[in-house]
Amino acid sequence: MAKVTFDENLCKGCGLCVGACPKKIVKLKTEINIKGYHPAHVEDQSACIGCAFCATMCPDCVITVEK
Amino acid sequence: MATVFSKPEALTDAPLHYCPGCTHGIIHRLVAEAIDELGVRGRTIGVASVGCSVFTYNYFNCDMVQAAHGRAPAVATGVKRSDPNNIVFTYQGDGDLAAIGTAETVHSAARGENITVIFVNNAIYGMTGGQMAPTTLPGQVTQTSPYGRDVNTVGYPVKVCEMLSKVDGATYLERVAVNNVKNVRAAKAAIKKAFQNQIEGKGFSLIEVLSTCPTNWGMTPDKALGWLEENMIPYYPLGVYKDKYAESEVK
Repeated sequence: MAKVTFDENLCKGCGLCVGACPKKIVKLKTEINIKGYHPAHVEDQSACIGCAFCATMCPDCVITVEK
Repeated sequence: MATVFSKPEALTDAPLHYCPGCTHGIIHRLVAEAIDELGVRGRTIGVASVGCSVFTYNYFNCDMVQAAHGRAPAVATGVKRSDPNNIVFTYQGDGDLAAIGTAETVHSAARGENITVIFVNNAIYGMTGGQMAPTTLPGQVTQTSPYGRDVNTVGYPVKVCEMLSKVDGATYLERVAVNNVKNVRAAKAAIKKAFQNQIEGKGFSLIEVLSTCPTNWGMTPDKALGWLEENMIPYYPLGVYKDKYAESEVK
């Protein structure tokens, strides 16, 4: 099983990870982070395949992927 | 569980100041990953340019110098020649490299300086607020070309890789993009090769990375990636424009 963690307070909510996820499980939160952006997070962790596409497209190195 | 993706060591923990969705962050990471994988961080010296990328000295976890506008290849020449054991790279935008720094770029290539140049082309002046750049596409609307770039009055975009491919001193020239995962991975391989060339003493390598500027293009980060693919890649085709050593291997 793969695990994705987001450093949410570094996230700028650009959504590039949302578009890159082949499983469509990365979403932007409705709450805001310390910077005032809607950070990305994974809703259904069990569906994650650990491909790291989200992290590859993240401009801010917010995402860590473990497998 | 093994970590399959995390922040490279060659980046500091400083949060990037770039706008949301700006692909500078991806390109920073690719350069940092290449430095880490080649194990040269301790002897790498980067040269920051002027533009949005001026603060790269805060982000790369190696020695950095900040050069005057467009002069990064000239400064890199001095840094490299003073101690050829150093791995020296410049990180420049299109306003820096293809406008005010054209002379330095062409002549450092002509001299065959053993440096690595990372050229980020987003077809606009980002930091100053979205003015027309030398690389702005024909018809592209910017702050200073509100009716679209008119090639009859301001001329045509500068195609840096094509131009430098005719310079004998240049060793390796490739144009890549960061609009999707596949292209990001290809960009990583190209950047790593450019550093590898320098380690092997092969000479001047320049990687042109097609990038986005969602803020000044006036679109969302996601749409900006699409705009890059639909408009920039047809005008600036991806690929290797020169590889001196591959040619000699074929012959």
